[in-house]
Amino acid sequence: MQFWIIQTLNSLAFGGLLFLLASGFSLIFGLMRLANLAHGAFFMLGAYLGAAAIRSIPGLDLWSAALLAGFSVAAAGGLLERLVLRRLGSNPLGQVLVTLGISFIIADACLMLWGGDPIPMPAPDYLRRPILFAGIAFPAYRFAVVACAIVAALGLYLLLERTRIGAMIRAGVDDMDMARAIGIPVSKLFTAVFCLGAGIAGAGGVLGGPILSAYPGLDADMLPLALIVVILGGVGSLLGAFVGSFIIGFIYTFGTALLPDLAYVILFLPMIVVIAFRPQGLFGRLRA
Amino acid sequence: MATDALRIDTLEAYYGDSHVLHGVSFALRAGEVLALLGRNGAGKTTCISSIMGLLPPRSGGIALFGKAIAGLPPEAISHAGVGLVPQGRRVFPSLSVLENLTVARQRAATTDRPWTLERIFELFPPMSARRSQLAGTLSGGEQQMLAIGRALMGNPRVLLLDEPSEGLAPLIVAEVGRTIARLKAEGQSIILVEQNSQLAFSLADHVVILNTGRVTFDGRVSEVVGNEALIAQNLGVIGTHHAA
Ligand SMILES: Nc1ncnc2c1ncn2[C@@H]1O[C@H](COP(=O)(O)OP(=O)(O)OP(=O)(O)O)[C@@H](O)[C@H]1O
Ligand SMILES: [Mg+2]
Repeated sequence: MQFWIIQTLNSLAFGGLLFLLASGFSLIFGLMRLANLAHGAFFMLGAYLGAAAIRSIPGLDLWSAALLAGFSVAAAGGLLERLVLRRLGSNPLGQVLVTLGISFIIADACLMLWGGDPIPMPAPDYLRRPILFAGIAFPAYRFAVVACAIVAALGLYLLLERTRIGAMIRAGVDDMDMARAIGIPVSKLFTAVFCLGAGIAGAGGVLGGPILSAYPGLDADMLPLALIVVILGGVGSLLGAFVGSFIIGFIYTFGTALLPDLAYVILFLPMIVVIAFRPQGLFGRLRA
Repeated sequence: MATDALRIDTLEAYYGDSHVLHGVSFALRAGEVLALLGRNGAGKTTCISSIMGLLPPRSGGIALFGKAIAGLPPEAISHAGVGLVPQGRRVFPSLSVLENLTVARQRAATTDRPWTLERIFELFPPMSARRSQLAGTLSGGEQQMLAIGRALMGNPRVLLLDEPSEGLAPLIVAEVGRTIARLKAEGQSIILVEQNSQLAFSLADHVVILNTGRVTFDGRVSEVVGNEALIAQNLGVIGTHHAA
């Protein structure tokens, strides 16, 4: 019983982290048709920046470190988008090569700066003690991660669905040329969305720190999962990213716990089913 | 002579290597309706896309009230005062009716009576009741009204209408016609692309006919109406496209 409950909670927490990663990836792809393969590296860069900030700024708590890393990665992402990605236009092969190259550069830079050993990040003291309920010890920090993901999801939902800026972004997703033709500054929105997505991923890396820590290869471990989430949930759909993240969180966590040898098969099998029968994903829309 | 609302000068436009517009020139006078006519594939939409900046012309000039806009990005051309009601309507399907209108809102640069949500809903009363409905679920006629309302929310100095009657039932076509007539009466400068020649002739002051990417006629509407030879040669027989 303990096993199932703890794994369920682990699944939820991992799903929450996946959402912080995949929501930005999905938004960026939905609006800009840009498969940003550097998104996993943003997550890792955030984790390292947060770890470094906690180490070098005494008294800095995890939440502030996450904010700090989030803004830094958002700024870096914005520069990258303006200076490099913007020039690629809609050339998919160029996007793949360049964003993958950027992710290698970020990974190597992290390795040079912070070395090859994992850097653990402690959860805040008050969340480190497990919550005892019905004789079962629940790791409290896992709940906090899920809460953060829900807050991020709500915030993104309100931004996208309840503001004029959000409607402009959705208009750009629906029909980019038409959006530009009625004066929507799609290009500026692109940059803003890219910053936002990168920032959430960067903050997510820090929030994932107490669970995953910062280590070389974190980017390559996370990116495929984000891709799976987005394909499963539907590109550009916030709800899809949310539901997909938790589905993959469960499949991945239980897969590795129960059938470690088949974890990836279990992960990719539902993918194949989805692509075969619902290529637009669970919540995606087919594009003309 | 006063500055033209829109002046197009020896426009050359390509899709990749395929040369579609060959030295197209014409001018729209302020407050007038210019009907841009021609058979399927004549280059009408290409012309509209070039003006809007969606297909930047390879060469040639486009001036909006004397200001050069050729080569600007579409959002800048929109802000300069060009409004587009595209062929196929292209409302944002996943946005509500209200959102389709509000995302297009722009401050009026010139008019003393700017378009507002209230005025759009007064122009198209059925729209008001459907304001929270997703635009993708509207009927074709409603989408056309919404596309016109969306363009008006930008308070354009020149309105481009690309086949607003296409695929609509006769009653709705008549309503679209009345709407355009009302906009004209309010002084809106309009370029109207139509295959429904009768509708076009009833609204236009000036007519430009394109044939395979070249202007084959440019004159007042009175010179066209009744000129069976001209019409047969460039448009096919009147009224065959739509029984209006
Ligand atoms: N995206 C495109 N790529 C390549 N060629 C195109 C494209 N769009 C249009 N064309 C070609 O350019 C020519 C002019 O097309 P255009 O759409 O401007 O015609 P049109 O006068 O608007 O016709 P219709 O009345 O059918 O809307 C046609 O030969 C068409 O096949
Ligand atoms: Mg056309």
